[in-house]
Amino acid sequence: AEAAELRERLRAVRHTVLVLSGKGGVGKSTFSALLAHGLAADETKQVALLDIDICGPSIPKMMGLEGEQVHQSGSGWSPVYVEENLGVMSVGFLLSSPDDAVIWRGPKKNGLIKQFLRDVDWGEVDYLVVDTPPGTSDEHLSIVQYLGAARIDGAVIVTTPQEVSLQDVRKEINFCHKVKLPIIGVVENMSGFVCPKCRNESQIFPPTTGGAEKMCQNLNVSLLGKVPLDPQIGRSCDRGQSFLAEAPESPATLSYRNIIQRIQEYCEQHHSQEEKIM
Amino acid sequence: ALAERTNLAGVRHILLVLSGKGGVGKSTLCTELALALRSAGKRVGILDVDLCGPSIPRMLRVQDSAVHQCASGWVPVCLGQDGALALMSIGFLLERPDDAVVWRGPKKNALIKQFVTDVAWGDLDFLIVDTPPGTSDEHISTVEALRPHQLLGAVLVTTPQ
Repeated sequence: AEAAELRERLRAVRHTVLVLSGKGGVGKSTFSALLAHGLAADETKQVALLDIDICGPSIPKMMGLEGEQVHQSGSGWSPVYVEENLGVMSVGFLLSSPDDAVIWRGPKKNGLIKQFLRDVDWGEVDYLVVDTPPGTSDEHLSIVQYLGAARIDGAVIVTTPQEVSLQDVRKEINFCHKVKLPIIGVVENMSGFVCPKCRNESQIFPPTTGGAEKMCQNLNVSLLGKVPLDPQIGRSCDRGQSFLAEAPESPATLSYRNIIQRIQEYCEQHHSQEEKIM
Repeated sequence: ALAERTNLAGVRHILLVLSGKGGVGKSTLCTELALALRSAGKRVGILDVDLCGPSIPRMLRVQDSAVHQCASGWVPVCLGQDGALALMSIGFLLERPDDAVVWRGPKKNALIKQFVTDVAWGDLDFLIVDTPPGTSDEHISTVEALRPHQLLGAVLVTTPQ
């Protein structure tokens, strides 16, 4: 009955994309935020961004929504809107102070994630983007369980080029296989740095074992794209602004936009395949 | 009362390396700190309680090592001729390095308790505990399991943004 209640609530969500990584600090939240902005650039699309990183919610700050609170209405919790067509939900909005630590064990985290899915009045949503914490634990199992693996279009897995990241990301790929979650593809962040003064390219995180490209070849998953390091990305995130809007000419913006387009195409294709089956 | 010599009885200082944030360099710092202390003639152990993303084995080039049991529990993986650097990580227990540890909290808590009480560390000057990002099961369980012992303190790692 509980599963039916969740499914009912999410019936009006057309596409769901999970943003995962085995590794922390590779740019999942950054990517989730930019994916949401990128998708919401089409004003005819309704986009929802759900942050299920309960211990380290980065989305409120990145979306410029720090200090916002969640309001209750008759139909449930209201998401916090950045734009008319871009709504956000995060545990960050439920804290009395941004420095409050959420020191919860798994079951309590799972309970909140269920509430996010059951009690938030998302309305009609074209794209639901879910930002996750690093790892393969409670949050990841719960979101796949509550959403139902079949209802998720797929996962975008984020990494950086070095082997220490890739070894965790391979585990995440195996997690996806284990829970039958389709993998849309892999994004390699922090992939090279071009000096704005001398234009020389450096590998700040050298791909000592071939980077995401080699890993994707070996594991037969799609490499959606590589995004170079741009200090403006971190700055925009800290200021809660969309990097895509603030630095439209950056090579990183071009990469992000290409990746976002590929994800959109994947979702549209996935949808039309489902419609054919139905 | 019987004085039980616990596996941590011979450990002089225990310190935790923490961060709320992932990817800031906790494991890197643990590794470098351990190596520096060993160079200074200390006996050091690293306990890696990052169960989903254990980085310590690879950082010390022992990712292919396995753990053995002895009468007092698990024998840590020892590095170097003198064996002055001892390690324990879930990385040593995986059948394949890419195997995902897809465990909910209670199962993680059980293993962490074992890691704290059932590893035969012997005599160490420092035990450095590497943690995953966050403030959840691993952190609560580690601190609870270490409570009877003298915790030196925590080092917090961050990046500037």
